Amino acid sequence: MRRPLEWQIATVKAIAQETAQVKTITLVLPGWTAHRAGQHYDVRLTAADGYQAQRSYSIASPPERPGEVDLTVERIPDGEVSPYLHDVLVVGDAVEVRGPVGGYFVWEASSGGPLLLVAGGSGVVPLMAMLRHRAAAGAKVPARLLYSSRTLEDVIYRQELEALASRDGLEVFHTLTRGQPKGWTGYARRIDQPMLAEVSGPLGTAALAFICGPTALVETTASALVQLGLAQERVRTERFGPTGT
Amino acid sequence: MNDNDVVRDLTLDGNAVAGLLEEVFGADMTTADGECAHCGSANAVGALRAYTRAPGVVLRCPACGGVIARIVQTPRGTLVDLRGAAHLAMRR
Ligand SMILES: Cc1cc2nc3c(=O)[nH]c(=O)nc-3n(C[C@H](O)[C@H](O)[C@H](O)COP(=O)(O)OP(=O)(O)OC[C@H]3O[C@@H](n4cnc5c(N)ncnc54)[C@H](O)[C@@H]3O)c2cc1C
Ligand SMILES: [Zn+2]
Repeated sequence: MRRPLEWQIATVKAIAQETAQVKTITLVLPGWTAHRAGQHYDVRLTAADGYQAQRSYSIASPPERPGEVDLTVERIPDGEVSPYLHDVLVVGDAVEVRGPVGGYFVWEASSGGPLLLVAGGSGVVPLMAMLRHRAAAGAKVPARLLYSSRTLEDVIYRQELEALASRDGLEVFHTLTRGQPKGWTGYARRIDQPMLAEVSGPLGTAALAFICGPTALVETTASALVQLGLAQERVRTERFGPTGT
Repeated sequence: MNDNDVVRDLTLDGNAVAGLLEEVFGADMTTADGECAHCGSANAVGALRAYTRAPGVVLRCPACGGVIARIVQTPRGTLVDLRGAAHLAMRR
């Protein structure tokens, strides 16, 4: 039996700027338990008057790193929780969290593949945990990531993705929806069915798909993949909800 | 953005409320299979639609939209309304 799920006080060990709007927060957990790639933590903030706000944040780090987790958070300008995590939180602060939770949206090396990952914006976070776990476990399952960002500067984990893509059996495809650098040869539009057909085609219809990001992107992608012949139960979704855009 | 977009954008997956479900049921419920009492379709709890911005949490069937579960927490306790679930099958 696993331990009962309890709120615990994590300590901020490090904060790294990923892009202009995205930071990675490393938390040290007194009650760390190994997660499965794709799972999340619930984060709870309590104001002086007792008012509480709770949000979920996916674990970015692989389970192979004991004692701590990375959460990668996009700042939503008119949001309640993410601006606090960005603008107020500093190294050494305490944060109340519970997890890891969410056994439905997980991939482990033993889950097999071929693996089709589709992300929009910060939706890449749990998929990054899967790719980091895939690399750490030495898994060779063919994998493709289709990742939608506004501009090249908004691509989270860009260098690490490049490095990972040069290894066995992982290919990364970017689409930039708001602006492209000169000479850009990748996709330059919102994810649609023809794009999904091109990217998923070589994996075949037996692929195991994980889709994560803004609700609209998740819904378009999930129904397109089912139309392309993937089995409904092999198309897993994680909607991040309103992102203010 | 119109009102329909706003409602759609507030939709999450059942997996998003894994923490609350584990608090209430004592186990990860997202991989449990639920049968919809309205239309009979079977889905993992993690694959239901979740609405968290209402008072409490509402889980709906992705096939017919019917309410499968409602969970409301108050200072006095937790109310779990499972009228829309024909059954929930938890794996060992
Ligand atoms: C399982 C899961 C994992 C997630 N993982 C990550 C992650 O790894 N990284 C990440 O950055 N985010 C993640 N998210 C999203 C995250 O949980 C928050 O939703 C996000 O950070 C915004 O929270 P906020 O409090 O800053 O903004 P909020 O206060 O929630 O506001 C967000 C936007 O919604 C609008 N809004 C709020 N309430 C309503 C309403 N009732 N009607 C209409 N519009 C409304 C606001 O105006 C704003 O534009 C995840 C979500 C889920 C469900
Ligand atoms: Zn139904």
